[in-house]
Amino acid sequence: MPVAILEGTSLSKRFGALRVLRSVSLSVAAGEILGVVGPNGAGKTTLFGVLAGALRPTEGRVLLNGDDVTAANAARRCRLGIARTHQVPRPFLGMSVFENVLAAAAFGGGLAGQAAQEGAAEALHRSGLVDCANRPAASLGLLDRKRLELARALATRPRVLLLDEIGGGLTEAELDVLVGLVRDLKQDGMTIVWIEHILHALLRAIDRLVCMAEGGVIAEGEPRAVMADETVMRAYLGGVA
Amino acid sequence: MLDAIVQGILLGGYYAILAAGLSLMFGVVRFINLAHGDLAMLGAYLALFCVERLGLPVWLAVAATLPAMAALGWLLQATIFARTLKAGILLPLLATFGLGAVLQNGMFGLFGSDTKSLGNHIGSLSWSSWQVPFDISVGKLPMFTFVVAVFVLGALHLLLARTKVGRAIRATSIDPEAAELVGIEAARVHRVAAAIAVALAALAGAFLAMRALITPYAGPAQLIFAFEAVVIGGIGSLWGTLVGGIVLGIAQSLGAWLSPQFFQLAGHVIFLAVLGARLWRTHVAEHGGWRNVVSGVRA
Repeated sequence: MPVAILEGTSLSKRFGALRVLRSVSLSVAAGEILGVVGPNGAGKTTLFGVLAGALRPTEGRVLLNGDDVTAANAARRCRLGIARTHQVPRPFLGMSVFENVLAAAAFGGGLAGQAAQEGAAEALHRSGLVDCANRPAASLGLLDRKRLELARALATRPRVLLLDEIGGGLTEAELDVLVGLVRDLKQDGMTIVWIEHILHALLRAIDRLVCMAEGGVIAEGEPRAVMADETVMRAYLGGVA
Repeated sequence: MLDAIVQGILLGGYYAILAAGLSLMFGVVRFINLAHGDLAMLGAYLALFCVERLGLPVWLAVAATLPAMAALGWLLQATIFARTLKAGILLPLLATFGLGAVLQNGMFGLFGSDTKSLGNHIGSLSWSSWQVPFDISVGKLPMFTFVVAVFVLGALHLLLARTKVGRAIRATSIDPEAAELVGIEAARVHRVAAAIAVALAALAGAFLAMRALITPYAGPAQLIFAFEAVVIGGIGSLWGTLVGGIVLGIAQSLGAWLSPQFFQLAGHVIFLAVLGARLWRTHVAEHGGWRNVVSGVRA
């Protein structure tokens, strides 16, 4: 059994009477690419919020490399090595593209001076944004904003990267590039958890798949076996009976 | 009249220093600090205390006051401001209104109600001036204040634009949650902003005390001037506060040139005119442009 780099144990999240996560346990091995699928409202993004520290779980714990980080806020977890991209990009609109990424390299990545500049440049390069580096972030279209979201996450030099529906709206060619990039990152030793609706792209990149529905994990394991699972099919085709 | 305009421009420098902190707090922390004027007075009294009781020269007294007031700003943000922000927009107003009352009465208790001034301690700077053509006299203290204002705003601009801290401040002001996502501690950035804002208030207070007589209850009037400068110049815009301060200063000194009691009135009128124009422009934009508004078409 490989070492779990990121682990959530019995995570629950309630917003008032609404239970968005119901005792979700999740373990991500170092160097693994884990896919997360599930119908809308399954709690996938909430799970990311809890793992990345934007949300406090009502119950349960989050472990990074065996250390309990449940009490650490998002900024601290980012510096400890958990990076996250948002489904709806949230660039710093008043800054240039390069500055967006530089801030991430300097704070999340803990780099200073020249090293921060180089880290930022590399993250832009990997995300395919080099040509836009000096443009104001506000001038980017949606796709480039998604790239910026990724570049910013990469610039924090994460050990675990949480990608939230980064493939939505991409063309087939762009999806190929994205899948290639995710594989490259794995080669570099990064651990990735990827929420995605575009299954054919996801399945080409991941090692393992988790399917969520109604706030819980309903299936987990080898990707194709999970997709063939009867509960999963039902969840997708018309709610869990 | 030319003389009044020149005096107004120079007065604008003082307003810019006073307003910059208010604007920074609103722009970065989304926090409206109604005690800003009272903190300016506290800075002034602290400088006075250093001069009168400790016998420090004025410049050293101001230099000692600024870090102390910055520390106070940091503490206020950590203990009071951050907490009230979590409870909506009303609580910060109530809490800082109360803080203002505490500061006013605290200063009254400690320093008494006598009007005081730093003017006696800065020698000829408080009254001497340069004579320039067109029969204009440029006061040395207003000129010095103006130069300091430009210098302070320039330094702040460089800090925000070029440094790591500045980037963190800008990122946090744009989107605190996204800032946390890239490893920036938004709460710490807010404390830094509050420290700068309160230090700037204290600097403005010290300049006011050099130019005029101050009392423990002079803060709220200064707060209003600061607000007016911020709104005229555009909220959250650094150089806008200088423009706003200058416009306010010119309006006031032109008002005073017409008749002494028009000093404040003219400032308030220009403020209301700018505010009205802003609201009208928004109204026009929402209704599909001038033509529709004028012809009464509903977009």
